[in-house]
Amino acid sequence: MTYLPYYVAAWLFVVGLYGVVTSRHMVHLVICLTVVQSSTYVLLLTIGYRAGAAAPVFVDIPAGTPAVDPVVQALMLTDVVVEVTVTALLLALAVQAHERTGRLDPNDLGILRG
Amino acid sequence: MNILQALILALVAIGGLAVVLTRDPLHQAMVASFYGILLALLFFVFQAPDVALSQIAIGALALPLMILLALAKIRRKDANEEPRTRP
Amino acid sequence: MNPKVRMAIFVVCGCALFAIFAAGLSRLHPVGFAAGPATTYSEFVNSITVPERRITDAVTAVNFDIRGFDTLGEEYIMFASVLGVMLLLRRQPDERDGAPIDKQKGRRIPSPSDAVRILTISLTGPLVVFGVYIVVHGQISPGGGFQGGMILATAPLMIYLSGEFESLRKLAPRWLVEVAEAIGAGGYVVIGAAGLFASTAFLHNLLPPGQPGDVFSGGTVALLNVTVGLEVAGGFIVLLLAFLEETLVRRDPS
Repeated sequence: MTYLPYYVAAWLFVVGLYGVVTSRHMVHLVICLTVVQSSTYVLLLTIGYRAGAAAPVFVDIPAGTPAVDPVVQALMLTDVVVEVTVTALLLALAVQAHERTGRLDPNDLGILRG
Repeated sequence: MNILQALILALVAIGGLAVVLTRDPLHQAMVASFYGILLALLFFVFQAPDVALSQIAIGALALPLMILLALAKIRRKDANEEPRTRP
Repeated sequence: MNPKVRMAIFVVCGCALFAIFAAGLSRLHPVGFAAGPATTYSEFVNSITVPERRITDAVTAVNFDIRGFDTLGEEYIMFASVLGVMLLLRRQPDERDGAPIDKQKGRRIPSPSDAVRILTISLTGPLVVFGVYIVVHGQISPGGGFQGGMILATAPLMIYLSGEFESLRKLAPRWLVEVAEAIGAGGYVVIGAAGLFASTAFLHNLLPPGQPGDVFSGGTVALLNVTVGLEVAGGFIVLLLAFLEETLVRRDPS
């Protein structure tokens, strides 16, 4: 029970990968990649968690109270914002691939043309 | 690890499976938006309010918006090409 | 390789991957383990943010002050992705631009209902104010440049939802948004270089720290929040404009 978050992170990774492997639509593939990325969020969040501690914001609590890890949360923060722009880039690639070949199935893309 | 945290973790695991198993991208965009809100709840329960704020703005708003715009472009191209014969 | 073979290989490898992950992660400390005060880097950061740096939000202090150089890299990842999207969705030599599809005569798309119009127009102002509040108060409470920038970027989206694409183009023209994004991206480096010239280190915190809980606390963190907010908002609005132009304005060569 104490290791449940780690199992959930591993589960999300494998489930997202299953979605990527068996995908038949390029946009579906891109969304499954965001599920894979959310497994890293759960893992980072779990590593930083301290039992019984407060959020690392000292506005209304005195400065010495035990708080959770802020360094890991800083990593997660920029990760979340960068995810959406990289997803936008992948979606633009999918749109252009559909434009050039007229097909949406990743299995049909076939040979690359210059 | 109290009961609330365990419950939200189980919901997130089920939500991830639901996002992958929804095959139509339009429905998947809605499920992904709901999954984003679930993740934001998870971040709140694990004492990370900064990240939760970011995730709400992005996972529930920006990501489904991008997906819907890409789908609109793909549909418009398919609608324009209907009269032509395709191999 | 046909799908059945691929599925069979994945089932075997997927289960093996899950088992390896679970076994490896179980060797970490149990969830919620606390190593004791001031023995790890995170406890050290928590103990110095308020007395030394006068910033009450430890996550913003780590992002912009203690590890500010990493945030520079992350911001430029975002800048490069926006650049990539603009490059991919540019007008090809055989395509041409027409009037936006929602403006043509006899259009099939109905105009937005009155309820949507009232809601979106009345939300635009509060969204801008709220976004600026979150950007500026990043060093006091949860918030900062990234979150506030995303909230600011939804205000032009409200304008598009309430009307036509032309109104969005008039209120947020491409050149203005691109200039704002460039100022945000370059401003971070300029503030860092100011630290380099004034003393020894890039991104050295030169302005006076102020009182914890004040809006102008933390020195250069307040300025860095504003530049990152500009960059994130500008980048996201550019993405929106590029996708909307591709959908509504671009015509095929037919």
